[in-house]
Amino acid sequence: MLATSRDFEANARAGLANDNLQRALGLARSGFPLRRQLAVERLPEFDRLREIGRSIKDHTLEHLDFYLELYESKVVASGGKVHWVRTPEEACAAVLQICRSVGAKIVTKGKSMVAEEMGLNEFLEANGINPVETDLGEYIIQLRREPPSHIIAPAIHLMKEQVAETFRTAHRSLDSERSLIEPRQMCDEAREVLRPRFLSADVGITGANFLVAETGSSIIVTNEGNGDLTQTLPRVHIVVTSIEKVVPTLEDAATLLRLLARSATGQEFSSYTTISTAPRRPADLDGPEQYHVVLLDNGRSALLGTDFQDMLRCIRCAACLNHCPVYAAVGGHAYGWVYPGPMGAVLTPSLIGIEETGHLPNASTFCGRCESVCPVKIPLPKMMRHWREREHAKKLSPPVYRTGLFLWARVARRPALYHALAEVASRVLGWTGQYRGRFRSLPLATGWTAVRDMPAPEGRSFHSLWAKRHK
Amino acid sequence: MSDGRERILGAIRKSLKRGPLDSNTAAQLRGRVAAHQRNLIPARAMALDHAGQVDLFITMAGEVQATVARVGSLAAVPEAVADYLAAENLTAELVVAPDPNIDAIPWEARPLLRIRRGRAEGADKVSLTPCHAAIAETGTLMLISGRETPTTLNFLPDTHIVVVRRDQVVASYEDALDRLRADRASDKLPRVINFITGPSRTADIEQHIELGAHGPRCLHIVLVEDGGAIGSAEDDEQRNAAAQ
Repeated sequence: MLATSRDFEANARAGLANDNLQRALGLARSGFPLRRQLAVERLPEFDRLREIGRSIKDHTLEHLDFYLELYESKVVASGGKVHWVRTPEEACAAVLQICRSVGAKIVTKGKSMVAEEMGLNEFLEANGINPVETDLGEYIIQLRREPPSHIIAPAIHLMKEQVAETFRTAHRSLDSERSLIEPRQMCDEAREVLRPRFLSADVGITGANFLVAETGSSIIVTNEGNGDLTQTLPRVHIVVTSIEKVVPTLEDAATLLRLLARSATGQEFSSYTTISTAPRRPADLDGPEQYHVVLLDNGRSALLGTDFQDMLRCIRCAACLNHCPVYAAVGGHAYGWVYPGPMGAVLTPSLIGIEETGHLPNASTFCGRCESVCPVKIPLPKMMRHWREREHAKKLSPPVYRTGLFLWARVARRPALYHALAEVASRVLGWTGQYRGRFRSLPLATGWTAVRDMPAPEGRSFHSLWAKRHK
Repeated sequence: MSDGRERILGAIRKSLKRGPLDSNTAAQLRGRVAAHQRNLIPARAMALDHAGQVDLFITMAGEVQATVARVGSLAAVPEAVADYLAAENLTAELVVAPDPNIDAIPWEARPLLRIRRGRAEGADKVSLTPCHAAIAETGTLMLISGRETPTTLNFLPDTHIVVVRRDQVVASYEDALDRLRADRASDKLPRVINFITGPSRTADIEQHIELGAHGPRCLHIVLVEDGGAIGSAEDDEQRNAAAQ
């Protein structure tokens, strides 16, 4: 997928001005955090589970080579195949080769963020294969030819009227006078349209929430059942996934599963949690004849042993998106690549480079909610700071900003000068602002005052007030 | 792609600043995997006695819009199924798992139920299957694939009916996994283990929760209080042997 993360500022402005997006985000802002809170309150062990989840992932990452080799040996022993690929291009080629080997024309897909990283749909289309997204949200945005705006609710940026319009345009063979007002009707229509695709697909592609080294299994977590139909009905099941998804045992997976649904949607458990191990057995009446795992690195191995290793604990629950004031204001598309929100602001520069991703680590108020709700306690704000340091060290930030920071640093390292200037500034601003109590605009801070007022100081600096009180 | 394999493993080791693990550490890790060590399991279900776990299972299943009918014995299952289908205004045609546990139900008591044994096809409206365990913690059913329990039954029809024996109710996912391991001769897992918690749903349009996105719109559980006629996994194996 081509990144437009460099244009975060322009993307964000467009998002703020988009009425439909703002209405849709309004619904999400209230829904997700409340449901998560209720689920967490019902499970007194939740915080201890977070600590254990974090240590399971840390343990696995420290021994990632061992667990991946064990995982592969178990997949092979039960009749499946693992394709190790380093780049999105290699991953696409591996999928295409499997599809071609069975003469596939239609491929159904369960939701997969790794497939988004690969740009798999565009690639398959360019090679004469028809990929059909089957998750309702993914299906809607595939029809609209948009990328997902959220990692678990890909069409969260849309209102139902937009979905209805999309369906009317796409489903031309249906009665044009039909009613499409309620989500129920649209849901039924998608079910009806997609059912024959499920039944006729040659290959089914899903992602994986976890891989289990002990058994060579892949686990998917869904609510719709589309992932299960996708992987059960066609002759071939391809799992596209990445190296950090592996955990040692089913018991470890069970612990992380207790965290995942609650953090994501506030459900106790998702409707369908499916553990798949290799192709159908000789006497089975259904299931795929071939089971392939396309195992992608795409820059993840390089994060081990760095300041960003903790990011590889991420289980893609989207709690950090759902609790982020910046995400809630600008929506997912503003981030310009596959992963939005706080986890995207850290992961995107890690995977495609800070040069490409400009402002993303700055897209934060550092309020810290993302870290406080993360089920595996990833220190997201700290890692965004690491990226800001690197952005500064690589001289990627704008010259005005760098000059300002340079001047501020010169002054801040001389306490006497700093206190004197702060005192002067407080008095001048306090005096000029005494009438209104606030400024509508300020030179050098127009970016800030363009959308809000600056409160006027009360006339003395904190330091001088402190000194006076303790004299 | 073996080249990709070596390069990825090499890159991981380079980042971790070490070579392949020494044999001691590797043996330790293999021991950790083989032990199936449990992590913290919530007290919610573990702290209850079995009767309490059965009640919790029913409450939790109800919370996720599954419906539950409790019957005294297997002999009462055909009536419970017929009543449910009539109440829901559904066809009296069922596709059922070709499983000895399901065959043991006296279907002839309800001759109007038309029953086909096998996997589900696109046109099937109602399916009926056994389960392997029922997990009290979250009202979750554990179903496994096999020649007697095809996976399509769990997802293609609009209505999925699951027969649960009272003694199949366990506290946690870990208990269910242990039961599965104990019931199988080899350590090989079935092709698929489905944990099913309520019917299919989506909230992809404006966060409205709608049931029946692609999988079943209705999940109906028939809980059999006295499952004695079916018995343990060992009995099942004997019955299988007799049938062959």
